[in-house]
Amino acid sequence: MLTYTLRRLLTAIPTLLLISLVIFLLVDLAPGSPLSEIPLTVPPEVREKMMKALGADQPVMVRYVLWLKQFFWVEPQYLIDGWFGTDFAQGAQRIISWQSKVPAFQIIGERLPQTLTVVGTAYLVGILIALPIGIYSAYRQYSWFDQAGTFFAMAGFSVPTFFTGNVLIMIFAVKLGWFPTIYDTQLRVTDWASFYKMIMQMALPVTVLALFNAAEISRYTRSSVLENLNQDYVRTARAKGMGERTVLLKHVLRNSLIPVVTVIALGMPTVFGGAIVTENIFKINGIGAALIGAIHVSDLPLIQTITFIFAVLIVLFNLIADILYGILDPRIRYD
Amino acid sequence: MTELKLARPRSQWADVWAQFRHHKGAMAALVLLIVLMVFVLIGPLVWRTDPNFIEPNTAKMFKLRNLGPSWAHPLGTDQLGRDMLARMMFGGRISLAVGAVAMMVALFIGTTIGVLAGYFRRLDSWLMRLTDLFLALPLLPLLLVMMFLFRDAISGVLGPRLGTFILIVTAIGVTSWMQAARVVRGEVLALKEREFVLAAKSIGTPARRIILRHILTNVLSPVLVAATLGIAAAIITESVLSFLGLGFPPDFPTWGRLLFDGIDSIRTYPERIVWPGIAISLTVLAVNYIGDGLRDALDPRIRGR
Repeated sequence: MLTYTLRRLLTAIPTLLLISLVIFLLVDLAPGSPLSEIPLTVPPEVREKMMKALGADQPVMVRYVLWLKQFFWVEPQYLIDGWFGTDFAQGAQRIISWQSKVPAFQIIGERLPQTLTVVGTAYLVGILIALPIGIYSAYRQYSWFDQAGTFFAMAGFSVPTFFTGNVLIMIFAVKLGWFPTIYDTQLRVTDWASFYKMIMQMALPVTVLALFNAAEISRYTRSSVLENLNQDYVRTARAKGMGERTVLLKHVLRNSLIPVVTVIALGMPTVFGGAIVTENIFKINGIGAALIGAIHVSDLPLIQTITFIFAVLIVLFNLIADILYGILDPRIRYD
Repeated sequence: MTELKLARPRSQWADVWAQFRHHKGAMAALVLLIVLMVFVLIGPLVWRTDPNFIEPNTAKMFKLRNLGPSWAHPLGTDQLGRDMLARMMFGGRISLAVGAVAMMVALFIGTTIGVLAGYFRRLDSWLMRLTDLFLALPLLPLLLVMMFLFRDAISGVLGPRLGTFILIVTAIGVTSWMQAARVVRGEVLALKEREFVLAAKSIGTPARRIILRHILTNVLSPVLVAATLGIAAAIITESVLSFLGLGFPPDFPTWGRLLFDGIDSIRTYPERIVWPGIAISLTVLAVNYIGDGLRDALDPRIRGR
């Protein structure tokens, strides 16, 4: 298992490097060199340091390596300094957001918790809705419940989240006034009253995202359970005289959840992508909203950093999916 | 001598159509899609109102703003007094065109890469690694960044309308070919071992002609399914871009853009986001159901049951 994990870890590194190259080149080759566009509001001495850190007049490959150095060497040092009060970084130039003139990672550190709360809850709710639907649809294939489940999943794929989100706002926030339309990021949960407020403001965005996720996961669960229901071991279990409940919930479910778990891990990045839209609708001050905001004011360092963070998340969850699969299904490890 | 009665040979596509007709959801979706196509393609020939017409007389224009449904404007007018029905028809044309063209771009790239990877063993590992790399890219953020970086430059060369169209179509195509490539590669890997390919090889057919003649015609069915699903995904992606304000310019409405424009007046005129939203959802739902039906119909193991 250890060699398997190590091998997967090692393959993740070149992927990450290539992705960073793609992101770097995309921004670098765009019309108007990013460095020539540092806004005049940035103080001259900071400007000079940024030019030097990024190697303004160097060839592309050198600039790329310097950019990587900022990302993988300087920023982690600051992170360690922040945790333990050490001084590894020694005042090296950080990645500075042009708009707010604070380090990009500081902005991301402030925004990420909002995104994680909403996205994480939504994903959890989505999974909790999807699994029972998928299992029961497979168990009663072609029943009315299965047909309804298929339609529900199809609708979940097809109706865009920005539409469901706005319709929910229209009905439940504007017309009925049950939920707030705007997400208050300043809210801290200290007592029951603020906890209740938190639940209320999270209800709509979580519903939107959860429905979208549930559609996909329920489909996968259904097909996975269907595949397992025809296996020989199910017949054996039934022949031994086990109750249907045990057969379904113990034997079949355990085996069919293996691919579902990987699908769940692989779906995480898509969920973050979907969060960009949802954050925009409900005015949640998360990392997706930060990206849109940065794009609208041409804040290139922040754009590059957030895009790359998304890439890191994707590679990370691919890795987790691979390793989980290896743990759950030992046959995979010896490929 | 008794004459042997042979049944008329049935073509593969007749079989597929016969199976497709059994899928009730797909048939309903096909009818729905045809209705939508008639609405956006033939509708403007009947409803001859210019979607971008703004009354030049200011006093009159103010009277025409934000009207509710009436015989003159069945879906009302927007904040500049433009006819919503005409805008919906016009926007639908663009949304559907973006979906179709982006799908074709994605399929072209995906099929080429899939066939090359499946047929030539030397290219296989490299091309599949490229595919995996693309699958690991954060696509929506990258699309947004691409739109932001290249929109002005391309608009300057080709004009805002054609420029944005080409940019969106290319960007969506370049970021969504991976599934098609994987499916095609798998099919080609299996096809390449079949007898008819061996026969073609043994009479000295060059690789190029084997691919074009024998392989491509046989991967048609998975490609068709990928195509329908690709249209649906492309329409959604375009509307997401427009919704985030990084799609088409305002005087060039698409369904996503109309929805984006309607957000500001969501409290007072909710119907302005409902119509384009329903249009997008129905189109995508219909296309997805057709894809589902096609998949069943094209699978010879299911067909005939």
